[in-house]
This record gives sequence, structure tokens and C-alpha cells, in this order.
Amino acid sequence: MPPMKKEEATMSEPKTKYDRQLRIWGELGQAALEEASICLLHCGPTGSEALKNLVLGGVGSFTVVDGSKVELGDLGNNFMVDERSVGQSKAKSVCAFLQELNDSVKATFIEENPDTLITTNASFFSQFTLVIATQLVEDSMVKLDRICREANVMLVFARSYGLSGFLRVSEHTVIDSKPDHFLDDLRLNNPWPELKSFVETIDLNVSDPVAHKHIPYVVILVKMADEWAQDLVKSKMISMDEDNYKEAIEAAFKVFAPRGISSEIQQICNDTCAELSSNSSDFWVMVAALKEFISNEGDGEAPLEGSIPDMTSSTEHYINLQKIYQAKAEADFLVMEKRVKNILKKIGRDPSSISKPAIKSFCKNVRKLKVCRYRMVEDEFSNPSVTEIQKCLADEDYSGAMGFYVLLRAVDRFAANYNKFPGQFDGGMDEDISRLKTTALSLLTDLVCNGSVLPDDLINEMCRFGASELHVVAAFIGGITSQEVIKLVTKQFVPMLGTYIFNGIDHKSQLLTL
Amino acid sequence: MADLEAPQSKTRDLDKLLLRAGNLVGPDFYPGAELRDDIRDYVRILVVGAGGLGCELLKDLALSGFRNLDVIDMDRIEVTNLNRQFLFRQILLLEDVGKPKAEVAAKRVMERVSGVEIVPHFSRIEDKELDFYNDFNIIALGLDSIEARRYINGVACGFLEYDEDDTPRRETIKPMVDGGTEGFKGHARVIVPGVTPCFECTIWLFPPQVKFPLCTLAETPRNAAHCIEYAHLIKWHEVHGGKSFDPDEPEHMKWVYDEAIKRAELFGIPGVTYSLTQGVVKNIIPAIASTNAIISAACALETLKIVSGCSKTLANYLTYNGGEGLHTKVTEFVRDQDCLVCGPGILIELDTSITLQKFIDMLEEHPKLLLSKASVKHGKDSLYMQAPPVLEEMHRPNLSKPLYDLMGRVQKDTVHVFGTGLKNEEKHSSLTKLRVVFKGADGVTDMDTAIGA
Repeated sequence: MPPMKKEEATMSEPKTKYDRQLRIWGELGQAALEEASICLLHCGPTGSEALKNLVLGGVGSFTVVDGSKVELGDLGNNFMVDERSVGQSKAKSVCAFLQELNDSVKATFIEENPDTLITTNASFFSQFTLVIATQLVEDSMVKLDRICREANVMLVFARSYGLSGFLRVSEHTVIDSKPDHFLDDLRLNNPWPELKSFVETIDLNVSDPVAHKHIPYVVILVKMADEWAQDLVKSKMISMDEDNYKEAIEAAFKVFAPRGISSEIQQICNDTCAELSSNSSDFWVMVAALKEFISNEGDGEAPLEGSIPDMTSSTEHYINLQKIYQAKAEADFLVMEKRVKNILKKIGRDPSSISKPAIKSFCKNVRKLKVCRYRMVEDEFSNPSVTEIQKCLADEDYSGAMGFYVLLRAVDRFAANYNKFPGQFDGGMDEDISRLKTTALSLLTDLVCNGSVLPDDLINEMCRFGASELHVVAAFIGGITSQEVIKLVTKQFVPMLGTYIFNGIDHKSQLLTL
Repeated sequence: MADLEAPQSKTRDLDKLLLRAGNLVGPDFYPGAELRDDIRDYVRILVVGAGGLGCELLKDLALSGFRNLDVIDMDRIEVTNLNRQFLFRQILLLEDVGKPKAEVAAKRVMERVSGVEIVPHFSRIEDKELDFYNDFNIIALGLDSIEARRYINGVACGFLEYDEDDTPRRETIKPMVDGGTEGFKGHARVIVPGVTPCFECTIWLFPPQVKFPLCTLAETPRNAAHCIEYAHLIKWHEVHGGKSFDPDEPEHMKWVYDEAIKRAELFGIPGVTYSLTQGVVKNIIPAIASTNAIISAACALETLKIVSGCSKTLANYLTYNGGEGLHTKVTEFVRDQDCLVCGPGILIELDTSITLQKFIDMLEEHPKLLLSKASVKHGKDSLYMQAPPVLEEMHRPNLSKPLYDLMGRVQKDTVHVFGTGLKNEEKHSSLTKLRVVFKGADGVTDMDTAIGA
């Protein structure tokens, strides 16, 4: 008997370095990372640390945009500058260090103030997969958000401010969300013909004790579901012509487990984006195909996922069962593939423009699809949810984070008025505190949150921070930023939804939905 | 606008936290240049581990005002470390693979942050004298095993002393900051022995490792991992007898892979790859730079806060999950008062004349213990064992000797007793920590709780 094809018993040299992360996002994810080009705005510690993690992971290329020169104070918070770089371009210094971390990454820098670029050269950003915008003030954030949405470029905002921090991500669709806990797709209460016939070939009342205890539970439950339904309901029947009981027997399986698709997936199918046009994304094209599948071949169900969990069973039964599930999943996939091609033709696109692996991945992950919608920054900033703000400010666990959210916006207003951040320089602290308080209250009033109060202690802290960028906070914010970028670029796992506020005082950081 | 006269401080950003007064700060916070300078000149931090967490910790601490760091790690650099342990290089002429992690890490950070002194220790944590650990203000852990954490926890809590009213003595408290990561998840916690739960108090937080039932491996394998573990745990011993399996030996690993393939072929099971074989046998934990960066940053921040009091500290356990959205949660765990490692142990006051036999009898009567058939251990020495018969006979002569003498004539010390206890009217085996204090040794006065002859 010819031996099974053996895989190379060692991994190729360049890939070994990435072994520990390949085990998380696989070759597909790694390829996506290696094709990505990232733009970093401001390379203080927040931006530098975020980029460092991505460079280590093998991101394709990056461009650092920063117009500042390295100061003495930067030596105290940024690992990527050293004494020799004082007086030189910070972007240049950071770029050189990052290049040393991974020589397969393409590194460039531009000595320019990001705010200037945002105002005068919007088209600059279209060339990138994703922009990481750090330490921007409110005004620039709003402008950049508009630019990136227009250009269809992913955008992540990150900021460190003393012991507080901020993270916000752009809109995104997810296919491979990889949730921790998820119910297997076994269809015990709705077995298709091949599964039914397989189950029928096995006799639960087999006499051999070894065989008896090696029948997989899938088989046991499919048989029982049927039997229970029949016996239990039958026992309540009074006479044979009770149609309601006959119907009950037939519908008994509905009691056992949820059939069909979840409300989340239902929502996605009914989304306005599922109404296609010629520039609909691949994701929505596949959703349209899914919709058709569910109403036709699927008979209310999505394509079968295809894998089964491990269970006590003889090897033979298990392998046979496995093959049955795999076969159905393959059959469902082929139907989906056909429908996707037809839809592509209809909207004027090349029918082979969505690859087989992409459709397969979609089918496998249908039950876990997610659409993460984000309001435009501008909308959130001018019209945040008042109830949410008030509720959070009154809650012990949320008040710190919400307080910082408001104050981060207040300090930007302060800076616009007084040409410096509160507490940025020694001296005049009391005056800054009272000015910040006034600014914050007027901001709350503008947001129609009259009556809400910010704790004085927090206002004092904000002034104490004096717009400092502490390395440990920057490293934390940079870390979570890089993680969100990885999820967005690989399109695996679920990016955060909302505005994340870091609270370094007691670590009661929160995700706010405004 | 800018302060043009004053020369810029290298610690421009840190100064804002350390030199300025605040309201949401620790109980003993004295802001000022002196605090900053004292941290820089006198505080010593030990970083245990120079891997994914350790590298980040060293950088974070060096850039948080600490100048005196030590790092200990017994491993050498491997290629698979390079996706996250950023202090190690494999580029152009810089080939770090094979060198000791602690030494390279220390060197690299010192090169970039001028003024910081990092002493590397290329050794096992068990090989250091206990006094070594006592020299540090804080111990920051970047470990990847429960055993190692338990060891350091035991050492740090071992320094802890209590006074008569069961209050921990402040100067003997050795705080630890512990971080751990796995894929997109991680945790950071603060351990203040005697105040917060120690590692042992919350050992139940760690789930047991997955083990496959033997009959599955031997008779009814169903997936690739079963085939691999069969080759690794069963077939290896059948073929190689006494030779132990070394996962770092490529020849051994290849052998397991080949056998796993054979078995998979036999049963028609797909999916055995070399990568999976390594993963299953070595129990490889997937790891990325970002999670390590996040957790280390949290740990370093807490270290700075504990030392300086510049802000409130984490109370006391932070969990992080970045796989599904972004979730951080703080839980305040509570100490186990009877913890054998960080607890004071039940106080027993004795006369120096009490014999070991009398002591064992007393344990049965003691209201908090009701311990019958007790075996007694003092540090590493067994003073008396109830079983097995051979050892019982060997220790029997001790029964008639004074406990004071058997314990080396110290005025007070810790003993551990093991026997059958009665709790809620149910019998159960129990190991209990006792603090034995001898009166009459140094003129210690009688107390009501004393049990005397």
C-alpha cells in the first residue's frame, strides 16, 4: 500500500520565525499581513510601539510621518531614539530602529507634520491598507476620518495622555471571527438524508458490550430525538384521529435545539448593503448568495460547517460520520459557489473574482459572521448618546473611563483656546485646573448633558498629566492598537466595537458605545 | 510659552507624575525630585524571565525611571522567539540565536537607554540563594509555567513575617507583579504577600491541562492529536525502553512524527503534520508581540505605582482578552486566611519543656485543629511520621524529646502538621501551617492562649 504523502519534516527557514503566530492566524492571515502597507502618523512612543509589534509580526511595509526632531525628553519615553539621534528627525530615527527588527519589512519615513498632510494632501492616504493615527487632536481626527472613509482605507485612532488613553477603529466586516465558545453545527434535530441513513445502519441495542459503548453520541441523539418525540407525545394521545397530536409528533423536534439561522445572521442578510451594486464588496456579494441559499437549497439553514467535535466512538463509526458531515459541507459549498458566480455576473463583475478559498472560508464561518459598524467620528463627537454618557458618569465602574473620554475632548478645546494643554508647563496649575473645569462643563452642555458632573479629582489629574506621553501607557495603547490592526488586516477574530478608554489609575478601562 | 530657561529633563514625561502632587494617589506619595532620584538611584527590580514578557518588561522599566535592574533566565535564544522577543536579532551580522537570553536582553537595553544598569543571570531560579531575592524592592514575573510562579511565590512569601496580632510586618513584605499571556489573552496581577492573595491562594484559577484518556490513545484514536500522543507517550517507551524523550532533540521529534503518520494511516485519520506534532508534544502556546507588550506594560505601570505611590494600584487581578473585541476586567480577589504559603499559620504557644508526644496530643484537643494522628515537619526535617512503619520506627525516639530542642532551640518558627482533621463533623486529611512560639526561652510572658504543661 503506497504511503500517505508526507509533509516536509521541517519548516522552511523564514517561516520558522513566525511559527508561534502562524498557530493563531495561519498562512492566510500571515499572507494578508505581509501584503499590508501601514501609515503611521506621529512616532512618539504610542505610534512607535504599535508599529514595533506589527513589524515583528512581518507587516509588508510602513511609512512613518512625523515632522518633529528628537528632544532630550524623548530619550525618557521612546525606546526607538537614543542619544545620537537628539536633534535629528524623529521619523528617521524610529524608522531605522524598526528596520533593524525585521529586514523583510519595507520601511520609509516622511518628515512632515501629519496635521499639514491631512489638511493639504488628502490623496496621500489612498495608497495604504491602513492608517494608524496617534496623538491627533479632535479636529484632525474628524478630517482624517472623512478622508479615509472616502478612500476606503482602514483607520485606527490611538492616543496616550498621562494615565489615560483612547482607541477607536473604523468600520469593518468579519468573516473568520474565531469565537472562543461556539456550538457545533450538528443538526441533530434536523438530519439530512445521508446522515439519517447512516444512523439507521447502527443498532443501539447491539449485544456486544464493546460495540455498544463505542457508538458515537451523534448517532445516539439522532435516534433518541426521534424516539422521544414519538413516545412522549404518543403517550398523551387519546384517540388516533387527533390531528393536533399527529402534528405535535411531527413537530416535536423543534423543541430540542434552535434550527435555522441566528437573529444576528438574519440581520446581516437583511442589511441594506446586501442590496448589491457593482461596487459592493466581496463580503456583501457572498451575503447575497447566502440569502438565496437559505431560501432555496438550505431550506431555512445555512451551509453546513462540516466539522464534528471529538466523541467516544469506534474509529470506524467516527470516520464514517466525519465523512458524512464533510460531504454535506462540500455539497453546500458547491451550491454557494455557483450562486456567487451568478451574482457576480449579474452585477457586471468577473465571475471568478472571488476565490474558492474565500467562498469556502465564508461557508465555514457563516454562523459567526459579524458586521461592525462605526459612526463617523464627526457624528459621535457632535451627537454622542447622552443617556450613555449620563449613565456611565453615574456608575462606579464606568465613571473613570467616561470622565477621561470627556476630558480628552475638553483638553483639545482648551488647547485650541489657550495654545497649550492644561498643566503642560509647570506654574499656573490652579488657573489651568479651573479653566479645564469650565471647558469641560461647557462641553457637556454642548452635548446636552447638563446636570452631569465630572469629579474634581479627575479634572485635577488631567491637569497633572500635562499632556505627557508615558512609555508604559504608550506601550499598552500601542499594544492594543497593533492587535486591532492585525485583526483588521487578517480579517480574523473580531475587532473592538466602540471607543476604548484606557484608565491607568485603577485599570477600569471601558469600551464605550456612543 | 515654553520654559526656555530650564534645561529639558530627560524624564520630561515621568516628571509630571512623580514631581507633582495629586489626589488620586497612593497613601505614601511624596512628590518631588527626590522621589524620582531615589527611584533611579536606590530601587532595585528583578525581572524573572527574559522572553516575550521579560524583554518588554526590561524596556518598560528602564523607561519608567528605574536604573537598577536584574534579569534572570536559564534559556538560550531560539528562532521561534524572534516574532516577539524584540531584543534578539537575526539580521546581517547579528546572530543572537543560541546565546543566553538574559545576557543579550540586558546588553541591548543598556545600549539604548543610557544610565540603566542591568545585571543578567543566566541560571535557573532555583539555583539562586534565597538572600538574592531579598535584595530587590519588587519582583516582576514574566514566566510561562505554573511551577516557576509557585516557586518564586514561595520564596517571596517566605520572607513575610507576622507580628503577634497577625498583622504582616511591613518591612518583610516583598511585592510581586505577575504577567501571563496566551495568544490574544493575558493577565496582570499584583501580589502583596499578607495583603492580597498570593499565587497559592488562587491556584484554583488555573484549569487542569487537557489529557487524553489512555483507551482513546491505545484503542480508538479519532484525530491527529490522538495519533501523535500515542507515538509520544506509548510507542516511544515500547521501542526506546528507558531512554527519555527530549522534545528539543530534532531526531526524537521526527521519530514521533513518523510514528504518528503510520498510526494515522492505519486508522485513516487525516491531519498529522510536523507543525501539529511539535505543538501537541511540546504543548506550544501560540504567542504574539502585541499581547506580551500589553501585559508587560500593565505590570511595569503597577511596579512604578507600588514603588512611588504616584497613583492608585491595581486591585488586584486584571484579565485581558483581545480575540473577541477588546475586554479588560479587574477582579479583586481575596486572600485565603489559611493559605499555607502566605498565611501566618495558627499561633501555638508552648513551654520549652513540652515533648513532641505531648505536642501531638495537644493538636487533637486544640479547638481550631482537632487533628488526630499528626505527623510533624519542621522546614525540611520530618520530626515524626505516623506512616509508613519503617519511618515511624525511625522517628519514634523523637517523641520523648522536647520540641524546643528538636526545633533547634529557636524562640519561634513555623511547623507543618499533617493528620486527620475534623471539619463540619467530617473527617478529612489536612496539612496545616502552625506558628510555634516558645515562652520561657527569652522571658516571653504567659498569655491566655498559651497551652502550657
